[in-house]
Amino acid sequence: MAKPRTPHFDTLTLHAGAAPDPATGARATPIYQSASFVFPDGDHAAALFDMERPGHVYSRISNPTCAVLEERIAALEGGVGAIATASGQAAMHLAIVTLLSSGSHIVASRALYGGSHNLLDYTLPRFGIETTFVDGRDLDQWRAAIRPTTRLLFGETLGNPGLDVLDIPHVADIAHAHGVPLLVDSTFTTPFLMQPFAHGADLVFHSATKFLSGHGVVIGGVLVDSGRFDWNAPASRESFPTLTEPYRGFHDMVFSEESTTAAFLLRARREGVRDFGACMAPFTAFQILQGIETLPLRMARHVENTRKVVAFLASNAMVAGVAYPELADHPDHALAQKLLPNGCGAVFSFNLAGTRAQGRKFIETLKIFSHLANVGDAKSLVIHPASTTHFRMSAAELAKAGITEGTIRLSIGLENPDDLIEDLSRALHAAGKAA
Amino acid sequence: MELSVNGSGVYAYTGVRPLDATQRTIVFVHGAANDHSVWAWQSRYFAHHGFNVLAVDLPGHGRSGGDALSSVEAIAEWIPALLDAAKVERAVLVGHSLGSLAALEASARHSARVERIALLGPAVPMTVSDDLLDAAGRNEHLALELINGWSFSAGRQLGGNAVPGMWMTGNSIRLMERTRPGVLATDLKACHGYANGLGAAAAVRCPVLAITGGRDIMAPPRNAQALIAALREPRVVALPNSGHAVMAEEPDAVLDALRAFI
Repeated sequence: MAKPRTPHFDTLTLHAGAAPDPATGARATPIYQSASFVFPDGDHAAALFDMERPGHVYSRISNPTCAVLEERIAALEGGVGAIATASGQAAMHLAIVTLLSSGSHIVASRALYGGSHNLLDYTLPRFGIETTFVDGRDLDQWRAAIRPTTRLLFGETLGNPGLDVLDIPHVADIAHAHGVPLLVDSTFTTPFLMQPFAHGADLVFHSATKFLSGHGVVIGGVLVDSGRFDWNAPASRESFPTLTEPYRGFHDMVFSEESTTAAFLLRARREGVRDFGACMAPFTAFQILQGIETLPLRMARHVENTRKVVAFLASNAMVAGVAYPELADHPDHALAQKLLPNGCGAVFSFNLAGTRAQGRKFIETLKIFSHLANVGDAKSLVIHPASTTHFRMSAAELAKAGITEGTIRLSIGLENPDDLIEDLSRALHAAGKAA
Repeated sequence: MELSVNGSGVYAYTGVRPLDATQRTIVFVHGAANDHSVWAWQSRYFAHHGFNVLAVDLPGHGRSGGDALSSVEAIAEWIPALLDAAKVERAVLVGHSLGSLAALEASARHSARVERIALLGPAVPMTVSDDLLDAAGRNEHLALELINGWSFSAGRQLGGNAVPGMWMTGNSIRLMERTRPGVLATDLKACHGYANGLGAAAAVRCPVLAITGGRDIMAPPRNAQALIAALREPRVVALPNSGHAVMAEEPDAVLDALRAFI
């Protein structure tokens, strides 16, 4: 029996999207640090502008180095294409503004990164786009929140702060039953741990700043299209006029006619990136590509280290609870086993049995863990939400957000796990003495 | 645009341009389990350079209604009906794979309606392996994976798409996934069962362009040699690094070859 000749995931992390540079033979992807690209002749120039020929015109719209990154992520996610953006926030914004206009509505899981919550809850309403937040674990809440104007469902593969596992198959079914797509933030899991498209998601974005890069030296995002959502289906056609009706801003192009599978990406690039301009710099794309080359190796080690640290914390008397879906007492344990068999990532929270002051003492005693506001670095990171990101909140407000005064968020890096455990052990001891 | 052909609705991409009776017309005919969008670059170019373009979704494919036509001869008979519906007397036919066989047969049968033909990824016979026919007959995803593996050159399996940000093989498989059950099997059987290739080639009187991919496994270029030999002074453009999906792998080279020919 003949077998498909599809390259494997770890081969794609090294090669997808790239080829030896035709001009120089360079094996590494060159950094095309050029704002614009010369047209061979007038007809070719006009054809590029009118989408009659593929190619690069101006690096806000597309760039050869960024294109390699886009193609690679699309390959790793099992999508049709991608767009690199200035940040993860920019990727999320691009997805929303490509599909939604004033008067549209989003249903989102409440378990979100603070930046995503800010955009949905505070900023987009100013532009006429409202969001209803639901308990992501309650499928009935998703259903009940959908309105005639709903155009998008949104959640994170692993939601903040309790690592809620998004039930993508069922939430996608709900979305599709209402003729709308499901957008997923897959930053915490990367395609190594989960490919949301395989479970029914339609659009995925990443903060590439995190595990995709792994080095913590860039800010970048990427938006990926599965190519599976049928914008022109009778249940959806009138809901997404940006894709199914002529666009005056690009020669009356009807994107869903132009491309059966990539209408969303066409509009996102030809309008969203063009007009909002949140593009990625080629040097940033180069650095993210360097990170992706080792993604399988790093993610396996991140998960391995995390499992050891979680086991240590779960058995420590100073720890009141650990929220990691691989633990049997996590509410999403069974779902995680199904959707995340290779691990639940390397970012999680635990609750210190103590006061806000003890939490601060714990953080200040750590030597290997860096106290900062980021995750997904090769180096281990820590933050105490009650004294930093959420310091304005009362204890009651913190509880509503699923945070206690003793909640500590860790991002486990690639150091020797024994050193990480020793660092945590010492800090827990110091926090205990600070009572 | 929407047309009615033989009582069924047919979609044809026109580049968002109305048909103009004073312009020449090009009909683009896609291959198995594909639709009009595989011609995105070439069809848009010609539509915006003084030609009428009808990049069709064959019956049973894409946005068109009806059942997939079960033989190359049936598609060849359908093409004049399409021209009638569009009120076009003569057209250039550009076909890929299954579409190339349909263009060839239509040209032989209806020489008054066909101005010239461009055959992309042609082969005579266009043999389809038993494994692929069986998988397609069972509507298995494996069939799409096999086609992808054989349609793109090894280099393109890894990337280097001329279209910024697009994953070529992912896009191809997602397009084929949209095909209605049974349609791929019908298309492949039509290719496999077509026996009149050399006879049609001998009967063709109009100018012919053949574009072959040197790394085509789906329809290897050696299987196009007898066809090319049977044609009367065909123009041949060989793309040594391309697989079967020449429009995707070499969009500029294909467009340039078509521009020079048409």
